[in-house]
Amino acid sequence: MQAREYAGRRVDINEEGFLLDSDQWTPEVAESIAVEVGVGPLSDKHWQVISFCREDAAAQGQAPGLRRIAKQSGVTMKELYKLFPKGPGKLAARISGLPKPKSCV
Amino acid sequence: MEALNTAQEAPRTTETPRPEPIQRVSIIVSKGSLDGAYPALVLANAARMGGIEASLFFTFWGLDVITEKKVDKLNVATVGNPSMKIPTMVGGLPGMSRLATSQMKKEMARLDLPPVREMLEILSDAGAEIYACQMAMEMFKLERGDLVPQVDEVLSAMDFFDKSAGSQVIFI
Repeated sequence: MQAREYAGRRVDINEEGFLLDSDQWTPEVAESIAVEVGVGPLSDKHWQVISFCREDAAAQGQAPGLRRIAKQSGVTMKELYKLFPKGPGKLAARISGLPKPKSCV
Repeated sequence: MEALNTAQEAPRTTETPRPEPIQRVSIIVSKGSLDGAYPALVLANAARMGGIEASLFFTFWGLDVITEKKVDKLNVATVGNPSMKIPTMVGGLPGMSRLATSQMKKEMARLDLPPVREMLEILSDAGAEIYACQMAMEMFKLERGDLVPQVDEVLSAMDFFDKSAGSQVIFI
């Protein structure tokens, strides 16, 4: 566990950079992480994904896998790979302040 | 007498360097059963989700996985399969393979695992490269038009190895 500062806010992250406490997340933290991982600045489409992920995780108790995001957020699989290149499965969750999804699809 | 604490500290052991992340996987798919196809497809997808490049090379029975007429009809082997806990004499009865296959598909549906055809669409959208083996195509008298649209190219094994430079090659 490490402490990092994003957008002037102290958050606890694990060794892969995922927030340990989803309640420490703010939209500014998301923007900051997005820049760090090479995704930012965040567009409306990015926010569509992030909002879906956070809502779905709160309802389901776990971070959604990519297929679930592609089916239910209104953003297609192809778009997801354009929005979060180099690993959308991990990056979408990390920027959304959620743990790495457990799903393989 | 010299103070003991002027002795030099023992040199620190160098930290074990972190292993390099995998950049690319190249998966050779040689089987056309459901339990032969899924590991390859899921692994390739997991690689893509984690930002790892992935290519799949379908050869021999693996061609069934990317053949239009066969992709929806892959089966589980019930004979000669040491992992199936049914006797060979029972496994060889008519309908057994179909029964085992339908049970496995039900389990997969319950876990929301997509059917093979959809996995191929997902993989293609995710940027995985999908190749068919040229020699196997000739052997099974298949043409490009017999394959699902997600296939990128028909390659020889040598071509496939050229495209796998720097890859972790996995044979399934």
